[in-house]
Amino acid sequence: MNKGIIGKKLGMTQVFDDDGAAVGVTAIEVEPSVVVQVKTKSKEGYDAIQLGYGRKKQKSVTKPLQGHFNKANKGFFRKLQEFKTDDGKYEVGQEITADIFKAGDFVDVIGTSKGKGFAGVVKRHSFRGGRATHGSMFHRAPGSIGASADPSRVFKGTRMGGHMGDVRKTIQNLKVWQVRPDRNLILLKGSIPGCKNGFVLIKQAKKISL
Amino acid sequence: MNIVEMIEKEHMRGDIPGFKAGDTVKVYVRIIEGQKQRIQAFEGVVIRKRRGSSRANFTVRKVSYGIGVERTFPLHSPVIDRIEVVTRGKVHRSRLYYLRSLRGKKARIKEQANN
Repeated sequence: MNKGIIGKKLGMTQVFDDDGAAVGVTAIEVEPSVVVQVKTKSKEGYDAIQLGYGRKKQKSVTKPLQGHFNKANKGFFRKLQEFKTDDGKYEVGQEITADIFKAGDFVDVIGTSKGKGFAGVVKRHSFRGGRATHGSMFHRAPGSIGASADPSRVFKGTRMGGHMGDVRKTIQNLKVWQVRPDRNLILLKGSIPGCKNGFVLIKQAKKISL
Repeated sequence: MNIVEMIEKEHMRGDIPGFKAGDTVKVYVRIIEGQKQRIQAFEGVVIRKRRGSSRANFTVRKVSYGIGVERTFPLHSPVIDRIEVVTRGKVHRSRLYYLRSLRGKKARIKEQANN
């Protein structure tokens, strides 16, 4: 069964495990999401559920969306996200909470990484750069990108400076450290993309199944 | 309260005595050997304390058989059985890195008069 939920990154901290070792964990707030729409193979061509996350006032939702939300009749949402499913156990209006995961599960987390703006090749592609002093005139430059005679052009895909960050990133196989349904909280071992208060998708791990 | 602060608070211990850089402390560390568990004491001068709620740590320095040994412990680590403050030292700074380059009589720390 494919499981997934929407959350908000709260930040990282450190906890101690049973052996006394310190472990870095990320706290994710997972308010109960509501199934707004159930898509089926017969109707839409594939099985999926659409989840709404984060409350919004009615007046700030457009009329067409209001109609869409009213089918679930559980309020108005900030985010809508589709998750593929392989069983039809969901129905419109159903609430999905943090307890779909339990401690020890593995999950993949999708988020938008922090934007770094226009970054040079040293930061963006981990080029080594040149010497800083002793007459060096080659500091953080990329070097040759396509010599004069051969090939006398720049190959496609040559790594250069440019915009870095602010892209959708997936971190795979993060271990669930703790789930607290009373606080709508999931703690994951390790870091996840994006800034605090950023939206993230938590999905059952694709490559590790228990 | 912020949720991250709440998580940190849960991992903090209430039984840690107050001590500062310059104090001599005895840290009783739990050591697990196979199935058995024993407690070992590490006694020395606290040369620094780093703050940060549950992430706080401190470094103890001692001279063992003529060799300086430093150990850094997370202040709230469950590995620490207990901490005993042996003496309160009188020092003028919070980071006593200068002790590393001193040995013998010069590496002593004056004891606080009344405490």
